[in-house]
Amino acid sequence: MVIEQIDAQMPGVIADRHAFRGDQTIVVPKAEFLAVVDLLHREGFQFLVDITAVDWPEREVDGKPVRFDVVYHWLNLASQERLRLKVAVADGEAMPSLVSRFKTADWFEREVFDLFGIPFEGHPDLRRLLLWDDFPGHALRKDFPLDGGDPFCMEGCTSPYNNGSRG
Amino acid sequence: MTMDSIAMTRQALDGDKMIVNMGPSHPTTHGTLRIVLELEGETITKATPEIGYLHRGVEKLGESLSYQQFIPLTDRLNYTSSILNNVGYTVAVEKLMDVKIPRRAELIRVMVSELARIGDHIICVGINAVDIGAFTAFLYLFKQRETIYDLFEMAAGQRLHTSFTRIGGLFRDIPEGFVPLAERFLVECEAAIDELERLLTHNPIWHDRTKGVGAITAEEAINWGYTGPCLRAAGVPQDLRKAQPYLGYETYEFDVPVGTTGDVFDRYLVRVEEMRQSLRIIRQVLDRLEPGPIIVDDPKVALPPKEKVYTRMESLIHHFKLIMHGMEMPVGEVYSATEAANGELGFYIVSDGGKNPYRIRVRPPCLPIFSSFDTQVKGCLIADAVAVLGAMNIIAGELDR
Repeated sequence: MVIEQIDAQMPGVIADRHAFRGDQTIVVPKAEFLAVVDLLHREGFQFLVDITAVDWPEREVDGKPVRFDVVYHWLNLASQERLRLKVAVADGEAMPSLVSRFKTADWFEREVFDLFGIPFEGHPDLRRLLLWDDFPGHALRKDFPLDGGDPFCMEGCTSPYNNGSRG
Repeated sequence: MTMDSIAMTRQALDGDKMIVNMGPSHPTTHGTLRIVLELEGETITKATPEIGYLHRGVEKLGESLSYQQFIPLTDRLNYTSSILNNVGYTVAVEKLMDVKIPRRAELIRVMVSELARIGDHIICVGINAVDIGAFTAFLYLFKQRETIYDLFEMAAGQRLHTSFTRIGGLFRDIPEGFVPLAERFLVECEAAIDELERLLTHNPIWHDRTKGVGAITAEEAINWGYTGPCLRAAGVPQDLRKAQPYLGYETYEFDVPVGTTGDVFDRYLVRVEEMRQSLRIIRQVLDRLEPGPIIVDDPKVALPPKEKVYTRMESLIHHFKLIMHGMEMPVGEVYSATEAANGELGFYIVSDGGKNPYRIRVRPPCLPIFSSFDTQVKGCLIADAVAVLGAMNIIAGELDR
């Protein structure tokens, strides 16, 4: 099991852990994130399945607001073991990008940036992926209204192609 | 600034490169997706996919719909094989609730999944051939696809947007006449696949157009997050039906075809062989099919039958409770992955115990595959880009969600 390996090699790094319906989840602090990813990679977790985020608008840890969970899903192709890794970040706080190690992180990180507004430090081309460049707000945040706010949600948009700089 | 100087700047900036928009309504773009190609003559120097034209906010909508109500939205993910999405989603919710579905429901789910997989591969292989210029193969296979949709219509009442599964089982049992038609389909489809192979597999033009195009190594494919036939064509025998079985797939006998080079030709071969293996699985399901319930007998999960709602007090109450208050969900999070026609279709559900999911995430198989498009076609010709696009089997509904 990879969690024992992490405990043995980096004691105390796992801030929280739980297993539910056979899914292993670990929570690590942002400062240790890249080191844990390195360790996972060495242990055979070379398949980054998915990156997403969950919004908890009211959440606070030790009096400080930490709004988002960035959720990574990993798969070990040799042992077919899966692992979920979560990192809590505050609104506006940047996550380190994984694009240099995992090319698949490119579009997943762009999607999280697009829909949650979490920036990724070191991403080579951090643009919106699904919505247009001057879309107001981030659609998957809990405070974003389901109907887009008002019928004029395009208000304030300048031009669909950002003065020709897109693409 | 005079016109001349502007024109000079343009040329100095662009060089001899030409920018071509492929899509959003190009016939080979399989839905509405757009690729901005930078060309030098006929050679592609850069390809920038622009996606999101079919973004409907499925994940956002899911947060305001109950768990059952989300099923019709899953139809519209990969709309060429809706049932695989229905099955993938309900398997995820059942994992969250820890529900075991009846054996007959499991068997029927496997059967319709494999039918949908064949249908999806028919579209992928057929349209890929059409895009490259081999129109005939598509027509032979489309007759079989029509039979698949007839079967879906018999079972679910719908051809494309089936919404066939329910949490805990199925929406209804397969009707009389389904099994004989499926038996006939097994024979005819096998013959049609043989016909397809006679048309394409040893066709020198097909070889010229597909061999070496879009080749990728196993390491690269894993790094890009490839799953499904595209990953297997690159030589990685990863099939969730074998590797992490669900719905009793471990009890079926079937092989996982694997390619070597990962190019368009290998992807074609893998898909054709997968169709044959799916036929094998359907044959085994038909042999095992026995009468029985098709949905769990648990009034907290499944709606009671309509005649009981009209005649029995308890059933009426259960019906009311389920419709008005929804199911009792545990607090927790699950990620459940199933092998859809394009690869790993994952659902990540976070439940806070409420009627609606707190967060529902769809991990589409073709998003990571399509993100590698630029590296796949760099240095190729435009015609190769069309071949690669077809073999990736990009479905915009799933890509944009």
